[in-house]
Amino acid sequence: MLLLLLGIVLLHVAALVLLFVSTIVSAWTSSDIGTSDLWTNCSIINGGYRCDGASTGEWIQAVQALMILSIIFSCLALFLFFCQLFTLQKGGRFFITGTFQIIASLFVMSGAIIYTVMSPEWVPDTDEFGYSYILAWVAFPMALISGLIYVILRKRE
Amino acid sequence: MLTLVALASLLVLATVPEPSQAIVIYTGWERHALVGTEVRLSCSFFSWRWTSEDVTFSWTYRPDGARDSISIFHYTGGVPYVDNKGPFRDRLEFVGDPGRRDGSILLKNLEFSDNGTFTCDAKNPPDIVGRPSSVRLLVFEKVPIQAGVITGSIIGAVLGLLLLIVVIYYLMRFLVARRVFSLNVSKHGKKKKEGSQQRQLWTPPPLTLAPRP
Repeated sequence: MLLLLLGIVLLHVAALVLLFVSTIVSAWTSSDIGTSDLWTNCSIINGGYRCDGASTGEWIQAVQALMILSIIFSCLALFLFFCQLFTLQKGGRFFITGTFQIIASLFVMSGAIIYTVMSPEWVPDTDEFGYSYILAWVAFPMALISGLIYVILRKRE
Repeated sequence: MLTLVALASLLVLATVPEPSQAIVIYTGWERHALVGTEVRLSCSFFSWRWTSEDVTFSWTYRPDGARDSISIFHYTGGVPYVDNKGPFRDRLEFVGDPGRRDGSILLKNLEFSDNGTFTCDAKNPPDIVGRPSSVRLLVFEKVPIQAGVITGSIIGAVLGLLLLIVVIYYLMRFLVARRVFSLNVSKHGKKKKEGSQQRQLWTPPPLTLAPRP
């Protein structure tokens, strides 16, 4: 039982770390000369590194909000998991923890989908998706699976 | 004692040098406007002297990317002189009040070529030493949304909804518990009342010990 719990917590924490990196590092789009989105556009011009603020369109702000909300909900899920671990009766399910984690994964999914569909409006065709974007897509199934396991898991002695 | 202090303070004030006679000019930092609308560029100044009759205001304009600036407005001797040859002919209007130290101008029917820096210079003789102040005009096709407005509102709305759901859940639990509690109390009370009534109704019949003949 303890091993299972440890494994689930590790999965949860791994998903959370990926979410943090994906949100904080501004590398959703990468080109030859630099990276851009979600927060700043940094480029290497004439040997110097220069960062501006990212474009302030509605869609990119929506993606920012969804990523931050997913981090908040995943942190809340971790906190609630430890609360429920000590207060849940035997045979009970980690229902609330699972719900919050699944909601967090849905937020990441919507954020990544919105970015995929809407980014051609402000990103030139020559640029490709960066590693922050890929991490967001990896964090989504991890969070979803850990949330589902929480919902199915029953507390044993 | 008090008169001594008063005299001393007066002496100190008398020896303090007069404030530096520099005029301070205030304009905005940046002005945003939509193409086709009008924008008011405000200019006012602070001066230690009274507003003189020979107060002058002058505005100059330097387009974005250009090196030279041209004069577009001048107010002197109580008469405003508006641009009638340059890029703002028939689009510039003086809306200031020199008596109140306000030298603002109104630009009508904005175009994209009006993007640039407008500099206001005011002089209030004999207070003439001062630095002109500049305001940057940005003309947009549509007003851009400020960074973070939508982000903050989405986050606030979702967290507010979460808080509301939690509050409602605990309120319902509290109300249901109270209702159950009051029901229990009333049931318990009714049982007790019935019991005491029964005891009153049932009075033992009178006992007689006389044997029957």
